Amino acid sequence: MMLFWLIAVPLLGGAACWGSERVLGRGAATLALVVLALETLLFASLPPHAGDGGGWLMQLAWPWIPRFGIGFHLALDGISYLLVALTLLLGFMAVGCSWPEIDRHRGLYYLNVLWTLAGTIGVFLAIDLFLFFFFWEVMLVPMYFLISIWGHENRAYAAMKFFIFTQVSGLLMLIAILALVFCLEHSSGMLSFDYLDLLGQRLDAGTARWIMLGFFVAFTVKLPAVPFHTWLPDAHTQAPTGGSVLLAGVLLKTGAYGLLRFAIPLFPEAAREFAPAAMGLGVVGILYGAKLAFAQTDLKRLIAYTSVSHMGFVLVGAYAFNAYGFQGAVMTMLAHGISAAALFMLAGALQCRLHTRDMGRMGGFWTAAPRFGGVALFFSLAALGLPGLGNFIGEFLVLLGGFRSNIALTAAAALGLVLAPVYSLHVVQRVFHGAAAASLPADLRASELALLAVLMTAAVALGIRPQPFLDLSKPALAGASLIPESRRAAAGAKPEQVGAVGAEGTQGFGGGGRGAVR
Amino acid sequence: MTATALLALLPVIAVAGASVVAMLAIAFRRHGGLAYAVTLLGLALSLALLPLSLSREPVAVTGLLRIDAYALLFGGAAAGAALFVAVLCHAYFRQREREEIYILLLTATLGGMLLAASTHFAMLFLGLEILSVSLFPLIAFRSRHRASLEAGIKYLILSGISSALLLFGIGLVYSATGTLWLAETGSITDPVLLVGTLMVIAGLGFKLSLVPFHMWTPDVYEGAPAPIAAFIATVSKASVFAMLVRLWSSHGAHHDHRLLALLSVIAAASILFGNLLALLQSNLKRMLGYSSVAHMGYALAAFISGSVLETAMLPESVTFYLLAYIVTNLAAFGTVSVLSGTAGECDRFEHYRGLFWKSPGPAIALTASLLSLAGIPLTIGFIGKFYVFATGTDAGLWALLAAVVVGSGIGLYFYLRVIWTLLEPVADEFPAESAGGAAKPALALLVLLVLAGGLFPEPVLKVIREIAKSLT
Repeated sequence: MMLFWLIAVPLLGGAACWGSERVLGRGAATLALVVLALETLLFASLPPHAGDGGGWLMQLAWPWIPRFGIGFHLALDGISYLLVALTLLLGFMAVGCSWPEIDRHRGLYYLNVLWTLAGTIGVFLAIDLFLFFFFWEVMLVPMYFLISIWGHENRAYAAMKFFIFTQVSGLLMLIAILALVFCLEHSSGMLSFDYLDLLGQRLDAGTARWIMLGFFVAFTVKLPAVPFHTWLPDAHTQAPTGGSVLLAGVLLKTGAYGLLRFAIPLFPEAAREFAPAAMGLGVVGILYGAKLAFAQTDLKRLIAYTSVSHMGFVLVGAYAFNAYGFQGAVMTMLAHGISAAALFMLAGALQCRLHTRDMGRMGGFWTAAPRFGGVALFFSLAALGLPGLGNFIGEFLVLLGGFRSNIALTAAAALGLVLAPVYSLHVVQRVFHGAAAASLPADLRASELALLAVLMTAAVALGIRPQPFLDLSKPALAGASLIPESRRAAAGAKPEQVGAVGAEGTQGFGGGGRGAVR
Repeated sequence: MTATALLALLPVIAVAGASVVAMLAIAFRRHGGLAYAVTLLGLALSLALLPLSLSREPVAVTGLLRIDAYALLFGGAAAGAALFVAVLCHAYFRQREREEIYILLLTATLGGMLLAASTHFAMLFLGLEILSVSLFPLIAFRSRHRASLEAGIKYLILSGISSALLLFGIGLVYSATGTLWLAETGSITDPVLLVGTLMVIAGLGFKLSLVPFHMWTPDVYEGAPAPIAAFIATVSKASVFAMLVRLWSSHGAHHDHRLLALLSVIAAASILFGNLLALLQSNLKRMLGYSSVAHMGYALAAFISGSVLETAMLPESVTFYLLAYIVTNLAAFGTVSVLSGTAGECDRFEHYRGLFWKSPGPAIALTASLLSLAGIPLTIGFIGKFYVFATGTDAGLWALLAAVVVGSGIGLYFYLRVIWTLLEPVADEFPAESAGGAAKPALALLVLLVLAGGLFPEPVLKVIREIAKSLT
């Protein structure tokens, strides 16, 4: 029941925001924050540790469409717990940073923000494949409205492209889901869309390969991986800041989540066979995204391409097929969610002040806006993978895992760590150093700084104390038989090693001021 | 005719009776409102009598009709849709309301109800003609508008041709099999039977506006008054398709691979051409016309997959798809109708610019119906699309599914473009006159149906499944 409310609260709250638009005016944002606070309270009351085996923290199963064996089946495990937490955190950010920017149809705006959050939380919780698909598609609609109503100059094109890319690839996934379900029906006579029923089904190799590809395409479009990434720069650039934060921080993660939850566990053999190709795509994404990022003059477009690059690491990690890779992919998802959201907030704040995203018209901002510069530098460093911050842990684990399964590709992926500083520092130099531009921005306000400080704290926490996060995702990965559950096996030895990594990171950061959290 | 047969036939009789009463009422007093009231009463009575007939089904009436749950479902859908269309007509023709509209609407509904129940080629033809002949004057009802008259003439001529084709086909089938009952013919070896069947398919293809028989559709949709366009798009198409399913399952033609291959080509062509041509439109009614070509293609895809599977999936998936299609298109055309009047139709895209900010109610109705047409979850159209995908995947017809995916992708573009237009800043070039009366609440009810059907389809699925099982 709690899980149901987790989805229902933002839905109802969003409707309330719109309904009270006339009365509240600017207060709609406050109402949205209240709704989010309520949601967070609800979330905080969930148990973060599994009581019983299987890695599921909580489940909810209601019959929905028995005709097709479809249930309203929600479940929470470590990975979804972390991702829902990320969604809520970024939900606050999206509402907070929209406060000054959105000046028309406020109630409707927050309705769309909250409904996007509800859809995403639904995606992370649903483990009935039909329900998953349902949320997967439903979350597009409010996002489409966010881009097409409050977006920038080329919003019609961007919104359309975003919707069509995701929807058409989603249809391929629907066909794959149906094929999988009918395979089960033909072999066992049971018609069910339930993940737990479909998991562990024996498929013949050819069928599994095709079905797996259907899932893979849908998830890599969302991730996005080259060559399906072209919707992303447009959508991110044209979306309002809040929309970009949600897109980069949360919506991209649904693709990665789908890979970890469905594409790999449902078809272990086919996925393993496909791993070199997937890792190859990831490497191409890392390098190509980095190269394109370097070539951009539009600030938001640049950040969008860095997302392509970083999500490439997730793909490499997910298809490395060992505990390091999977854990690294999860960590990268969380860390990138935070750093990309922060960078988009900064870019949005700049655009709000200067009415441009063109870096050619920026320069020398540090003196006028030192806090701005400092925060931007912090998140640029986070994005380039500075030890001590979350991104480093994720990317390091990915490379560690990748190295064990494919040395050549991992070596190529590691080049991404060289390219990331190039574009990250390039941005900081272009925008904050050099000759002062004609118009200078005002410095960050206290409210903006407060929001960004929360994200900074989160990035540091992920960087110097990753163990609790790894502990949370581990049983979930084991539950999906992605990593062996036995303590004696390779993964069993892992916590200590990972702990060592965390310690190293702490030293690298220069002292580790934060003590043990637990 | 037995008493049971009469009782079972009551919903049909109610509609026929209402048209007679309306006609007689004219003799005493010419009043549009009176005919409207009689129509509403007649259709409501027909709907109210459904449970009574359901308790008697299945009943064979005179050998021409078979009143079973399937026929009653489509009959009920036709009556319900006609009820909605009557409400729309009342609002649309508010300045110059004429009794004829309602009488013709009733007879057209009668034709649709008979079609879904027919088990004999004679009844099939009669039902089709009652439906089509009633539609000619309805389409041309805005007699001061050239487009409306043109549409009426076009429909008259093309419908005549298609009826001739159908009749010729029926003749050939009769000469080959020696019976006019829709009976199992087994595998088609006789070339005369094959040609006859092909001609029947072509004749029905016209009514369903499947490619390459779709040419009339956009012009007729554009020219016809909006409520009548709603009727043509829904009742006329769904009843013909419902009859096709009955014909097909009793005829046994689904054993024939050549026919299935031909139908697959027709379905794929309808999906692709319908969607592609819809892309080029700047008139909402024309766009919906082409989109209905594509939707008949989707329904035909489910039909073909169901035939390959040879289970109750065929009637089940097609029936659900058609119901979803009726509800969605009624909502879409209903919105156009609510915003239009005899003075001028609100059908060009620019009329809809900023509608969402000006009058959110109709804009939300249009958005919901367009999303449903596009097959986005939360809407009934998605469950319909789901059926198409489910049957297609189960039957393993990958090429056909590829056409559906490509078509849906293209379709998304033009549906979203309209939604985008609704969201643009307000332009005041066309003061949207919106209808009063019951039209808006009725539209709201339909939108609720679109959403409820998408969220809680199970009760409907259960009913349809039972019916589908009894049909095969």
